Amino acid sequence: MLMELYLCLPLLTLSIGSVLLLVFDGMFKSKTFNFFLTILILLLSLVSCFVAIQYSFNAHLLDKSALITKGTLTFSGFVYFFDILFIVSALLTLFASREYIKTKFKELNEYYTLIVLATFGMTIISHSNNLVVLFLGIETMSLSFYVLAGYFRLSLESVESAVKYFLLGAFATGFLVYGMALIYGASKSLDFEAIEITLLNGETQITFFIVGITLLYIGLAFKIAAFPFHQWAPDVYSGAPTTVAGFMSTAGKSAAIFALFLVTKNFLHIDNPFVHLPKYISQIQLVLAIISAATMLVGNFIAIVQRNAKRMLAYSSVAHAGYLLMGLVANNPEGWNAIAFYSLSYLLMQLGAFVVLSINEKQDNDFNNFEDLQGYSKKHPFIAATMSIFMLSLAGIPPFAGFFAKYFIFLSAIKAGYLWLTIIAVVSSIISMYYYIGLILTMYFKDEKVELSPNIGFSFVTIILCLIGTLLLGFVPQYILDFTGTLLKQFTF
Amino acid sequence: MELLLSTLFLPLLGFIFLLFINREKVSYLKFFSLLFSIGTFVVSIFLFLKFDFNNPNFQFKIEQIWIPILDAGFRVGIDGVSILLVMLTTFISPITILSSFSSIETRQKEYYSLILLLQFAMTGVFVALDTFLFYIFWELVLIPMYFIIGLWGSKNRIYAAVKFFIYTVVGSLFMLVAIIWLGIYVGSNILQTPYGFTSNLILIREVLAVNSIPFTVEKWLFLAFALSFCIKVPLFPLHTWLPDAHTEAPTPGSVILAGILLKLGTYGLIRFNVELFTNSAIFYAPFFSILAVIGIIYGALVSAVQTDVKRLVAFSSVSHLGFVVLGIFSMTVEGMQGAIIQMVNHGLSTGMLFLAVGILYERRHTREMAEYGGIARPMPAFSVFFALAMLASVGLPGLNGFVGEFLTLLGAFKSPILNSWLYTIFAATGVIFAAVYLLTMFQKVVFGPITNPVNKNLKDINFREWSYLVPIVIFIVWIGVYPKFFLNYSEKTVKSIINKTYELKIAKPNPSPYFKDISVTNSFTK
Repeated sequence: MLMELYLCLPLLTLSIGSVLLLVFDGMFKSKTFNFFLTILILLLSLVSCFVAIQYSFNAHLLDKSALITKGTLTFSGFVYFFDILFIVSALLTLFASREYIKTKFKELNEYYTLIVLATFGMTIISHSNNLVVLFLGIETMSLSFYVLAGYFRLSLESVESAVKYFLLGAFATGFLVYGMALIYGASKSLDFEAIEITLLNGETQITFFIVGITLLYIGLAFKIAAFPFHQWAPDVYSGAPTTVAGFMSTAGKSAAIFALFLVTKNFLHIDNPFVHLPKYISQIQLVLAIISAATMLVGNFIAIVQRNAKRMLAYSSVAHAGYLLMGLVANNPEGWNAIAFYSLSYLLMQLGAFVVLSINEKQDNDFNNFEDLQGYSKKHPFIAATMSIFMLSLAGIPPFAGFFAKYFIFLSAIKAGYLWLTIIAVVSSIISMYYYIGLILTMYFKDEKVELSPNIGFSFVTIILCLIGTLLLGFVPQYILDFTGTLLKQFTF
Repeated sequence: MELLLSTLFLPLLGFIFLLFINREKVSYLKFFSLLFSIGTFVVSIFLFLKFDFNNPNFQFKIEQIWIPILDAGFRVGIDGVSILLVMLTTFISPITILSSFSSIETRQKEYYSLILLLQFAMTGVFVALDTFLFYIFWELVLIPMYFIIGLWGSKNRIYAAVKFFIYTVVGSLFMLVAIIWLGIYVGSNILQTPYGFTSNLILIREVLAVNSIPFTVEKWLFLAFALSFCIKVPLFPLHTWLPDAHTEAPTPGSVILAGILLKLGTYGLIRFNVELFTNSAIFYAPFFSILAVIGIIYGALVSAVQTDVKRLVAFSSVSHLGFVVLGIFSMTVEGMQGAIIQMVNHGLSTGMLFLAVGILYERRHTREMAEYGGIARPMPAFSVFFALAMLASVGLPGLNGFVGEFLTLLGAFKSPILNSWLYTIFAATGVIFAAVYLLTMFQKVVFGPITNPVNKNLKDINFREWSYLVPIVIFIVWIGVYPKFFLNYSEKTVKSIINKTYELKIAKPNPSPYFKDISVTNSFTK
């Protein structure tokens, strides 16, 4: 009993915390208080993650039917790694947000609450062991994102972004639910384990199951902005508040990738190919591979012609979804480990880049165009150098985090026999060099056009932490890899 | 061991140290960057002296595991192939720093730190004995060079910098795939290492010496590596980034680019393509040699029609590096020895030519040949140095260029793998063309009446310029007169590479059609 409590601690902290935040907002109406309370809640949940990890090593001994959660949640260590990732992302976003939302619009406590709620949704996704719980997690996260995207309610772009995201997101949710319903109908259970068992026993109705899982994939592919469901991403990311865009495109994407990972690992695990549908498995793997290849090519190609840094980052995030999918295509322990490492390093560099863009924004002008950033390095050498490191890391140039992430992803794909996919990934990386280098070029080699006055404040913490993380993951990737590797070993369902 | 470590890390230390100097204190920046690079050179002299050239294996080896999952580690060491190139790097770097004192006038802090970072990365490429580490250093070279071209270059610098970057990245990413494939193949198919992967180059070499990769796969690996290296060299159809990068880079940038950076490619060809994938190297040798010969002639012909002195020297690099590639793919002791010494020679003589052009450019701010003429009168000392560099580049006997070109041509002539003297004949014409374009250029710039009155009052070279030109001249003459001193260093290693090559080929059925000739002409390798 007590053990289950410890294991649920991160989830509980986040859910109770978000309610508390609303209550205190009503009681004190103090922004500073709520801001620091949010940080406290996130820090507490971070600590509780580490506590839970200690207990998670024995989690598989628990008798699931005796638990309060009745096996609808999983508590393996690998899941907590992703929890940590989401919480860290939320913390970094939070630090960067305060000055930013004050400058652009005004500070409202709902912003903080929504960030915590979204994080809560993500942790539910990562812990889910049941289709309905998975759906709840995805919806909690998405609903918070819909509101956050439209946070600047007086700005047309922001509202457009929110409406677009909401309409398309609701549509995708339809696919998701329909897919889940079909899977439920086909295998008479919502529980991942039970579904897998019926599959192995050949009791599943294959046609419905295949249609269901395809719909599920479509719904999730929308959430990670994979080709051909990526169209919303650039508009939403560039219209949403920059910090929120950073949060959505890093933690949100990792959460959706984790949901895909859960589905892929449980239903399409290479190690226990189903007796009755090996043909479909390889076909689904192949379709995933094609989607992954198309995603990175499309994302990188369109990013080249962008003249706005925020839109460029949005397209680059589409491309990175493609790289992340490679790990799923490989679907071996190396691939899963690589996804964890990639998500973390991607979080640091992408969020860092978004935050660097956010500090230049003013109320009436975003200053996100390439022309605005010309000659940025002359007045602000440190921020420009940091941004360059983020760009080089995103491009996958060693010795930064992004390089190692790509290295591990490529490694897992080649090991799984997807050499052609790796070569496409390499080609698309080459394409991506052009625009990442292009931003550095703009900041360093061109003459200043607009005088920018960055409004740093607390954002500095985020930038520094992202920078340190990008460098550290590059120089000593071993620690994280060992950590995720050990956690992955006891990843049982 | 400490010597190699300090040779590698002193520049990095300098880079970090320079970051903490106030950007207003330009003289400090200059002084300390010079101090660090000269210090590195001094340390490397001890390294050079302690190097045992009778030992063909890697020396000063250090192994420190870094990422166990990849079996990647900090593995460094030098052998006969790399020692001379490490020395070249440590020698050229202080010279470039000295030459930057007057030519770099903006953002000195970034500049000097980047030069030191570049030196660190280049030395790293030459000493890395780990595929993973090698790749990291290989890519790390790109970043400082990109900034050096883009920030301190001339008019078209942005175009040149992006072109340089993209070209190099295209090659190196395919190399990355090959590195991963190789690591998985050796790690899980042959050795069953704990993580099924290895980056240990020495291990890979040992394994591949016994079990070779199926030829159908090996040739793709060979091509992936070769693409990356040939872009860097640059070999004939891949050379188009070079003239732009050279012309637009600031003088010190060009010196480093020509002096050291291009050698990364030829070094990689020896270290990976010839040593690891010998079967494919033999198979593709004629192909690459033909490209090299085309490069020699093409580079020379294009040089002959240039009006911009710097562009002329840049195209001459394409021609000179052709000799190096020809020497490597002749796969004979003479050819490879010649290739190694030619790498050093090219670094010295072309580096000096670029320095000379830079000296002129600083005085007149133009590189058009027509603007000059008769500068021997106002600048006699400069003209002597310029003449020496030019003659070394032409390959005048007694100066260094002759030794390298002669050996590579000899190697190509004797080569059982190329098995045709046509390569030598066509390549040799490159020497003649070199004389044509370099002598013409020299005549137009230095001799004749002073047509442009501005040139009358040019100042001759000053003490600082003397101080960096004289050391180069010493080595140019030294290698030219007594090359054995330097050739000794690489001889044993080269012999072991070539011997291994032939032993392997004789012991195993060979897919190459050139196999039949090997046993006949094997006598000289003993």
